[in-house]
Amino acid sequence: MFDGLWRYRGFILSMIKNEFRAKFVRSKLGGLWMILNPLSQVAIYALVLSNVLSAKLPGISNRYAYAVYLMAGLLSWTLFSEIVGRFLNLFVDQGNLMKKVSFPRITLPIVVVGSCLINNILLFFSILFALVVLNFDIGLNVFWILPLTLLVVTFSLGIGMLCAVINVFVRDVAQVIPVLLQIWFWLTPIVYPVNIIPKKYHDVMAMNPVAPLVGAYQDVIVHGKSVDIESLLPVLMLSITLVIFSFYIFRRASSEMVDVL
Amino acid sequence: MPKSEDWVLKNVGFDVFPGEAVGFLGQNGAGKSTLLKLIAGTLTATEGSIQVNGRVAAILELGMGFNSDLTGRENVIHTAGLMGFSRSEINAALSEIESFAEIGKHFDQPVRTYSSGMQARVAFAIATAYRPDILIVDEALSVGDTYFQHKSFNRIREFREKGTTLIIVSHDRSTIQSICDRAILLDRGCMIKDGEPEEVFDFYNAIIAEKENSTLMIKRLPSGKVQTKSGTGEAQVTEIVLLGDSGAVTETVAVGEKVELRIKIKIHKQIDELVLGYGIKDRLGQVMYGTNSWHTNQIITNARAGDEYEFKILFNANFGAGSYSVVTALHNRETHLNANYEWRDLALVFSVVNSNEHQFSGCNWLKAEMVVAQNGY
Repeated sequence: MFDGLWRYRGFILSMIKNEFRAKFVRSKLGGLWMILNPLSQVAIYALVLSNVLSAKLPGISNRYAYAVYLMAGLLSWTLFSEIVGRFLNLFVDQGNLMKKVSFPRITLPIVVVGSCLINNILLFFSILFALVVLNFDIGLNVFWILPLTLLVVTFSLGIGMLCAVINVFVRDVAQVIPVLLQIWFWLTPIVYPVNIIPKKYHDVMAMNPVAPLVGAYQDVIVHGKSVDIESLLPVLMLSITLVIFSFYIFRRASSEMVDVL
Repeated sequence: MPKSEDWVLKNVGFDVFPGEAVGFLGQNGAGKSTLLKLIAGTLTATEGSIQVNGRVAAILELGMGFNSDLTGRENVIHTAGLMGFSRSEINAALSEIESFAEIGKHFDQPVRTYSSGMQARVAFAIATAYRPDILIVDEALSVGDTYFQHKSFNRIREFREKGTTLIIVSHDRSTIQSICDRAILLDRGCMIKDGEPEEVFDFYNAIIAEKENSTLMIKRLPSGKVQTKSGTGEAQVTEIVLLGDSGAVTETVAVGEKVELRIKIKIHKQIDELVLGYGIKDRLGQVMYGTNSWHTNQIITNARAGDEYEFKILFNANFGAGSYSVVTALHNRETHLNANYEWRDLALVFSVVNSNEHQFSGCNWLKAEMVVAQNGY
């Protein structure tokens, strides 16, 4: 499986490149949209939410604190939900290709991860740009984003791959997961700070594996703190287990999959 | 889990040797494409095994995975990558692909502006840019215009000469007969015939007309060829002979000789409408000429049991030297697919010798004249 990946490295890169090229080739501004999209998203949070809603975050004096809080949470959440969302129909959409051309199927999920990562990196730099413009302190702890991104990708890959394989056999998965993601989003402290939730629910909230990930992003970007490694350990373990399990399922189902597609 | 299982292929086993060209034929749904996908490795067999030695390239569907917003060149790079070639291998073959496709400046324009023929040209050019050990072709040889068909056909022939094993699915008799040295007939997932393309095609022809009460008979002639006879038997050819210019029965005629093909038939059961069809085929089974009494408006109506008819077909044997065979068919309407009373392959074999004309090659005696004049004075 993995030597196929190496042999097809050039193909994976060209596939990612083509995806972006195909997306923007017919627009006048072209690749500029890759930056304009995340920038406008960030601008909306910064301007609308901070000025109109003038929401404040306890403990931080900067008036843009809430907007930055939102950006930090969304940075991690978008990466997770984009990967899972795009994985759902990954094999179903590429079914025809998988039936007609013999190539390592493992390249397909890797291409998706790659393109989601690029989107996420651009979003990250847009946020950094906003932080500078908004005169927000950026500490060295921001480099924690690198390992954190890796962790989010691992977690998303595990869940996404599992859903992708199951969805080939039970197509309802692609209908259910987007709804679940919506619910999951609101159950995660992204839009609201965790401390507005009554204490008695905190134990339940802690069961959410995405919460510590989002929390770590917020710590690093909003508070300039380093991450609480202890809180991330369970997610790390879970992610690794999920990835191993889902790749095992993928390998087992690989040949059956083509029959069903 | 599926409620019922459906075996697409069962008990299929064969060896193909390096450099061999095998054609697969069979009706739609016989399992041909599934078999090719198994060999290509996109499908995995539930039971049994397939051993493939060497690099396989499959032309299963041309233009698969093309992105219509990208240019021909970008799609070529992409598709070659999909086939597993590295960037440097792709770059090395790129100009060759471009020149083979012959679509000029369009190569650097988005594929959405292509006609389907242009798209097929590019797709074929990539698919065959690298000579594989085994080439699998599924009905993809008849793409593009006639010019490109010839060109793609030549490329496949070239591959063969260099030792590529060919595995082809086609419904076109001449494609298989001109390129394959072996044919395998599949019917409902089973292998029912494996042999010389001509013999297998005759058999196939017989079974597609096979209906209830129909019989199918195969006889090995002294020449080693296999005669296939099939039909429901309401009418039958009782005698078929070839008469030479002198009026005597013969098996050898001269190029251009005036000959008569005499076919006698007998009716065994009341038939409303009877058509006699005949064709003359060359050694490879390619039809040189063929027609029937439907086309010539000489349909026999209300034939009664016991009736006998005699057909005289007069023509000049304007063929090249070689061996030819006659196929006869008794049916109603224009083809034997509605009702097939009798179909007889190799009903008669004769040879044409060139004893009194100048030397020429080819299967058709054109009687062309050449005029030579010296210019300048």
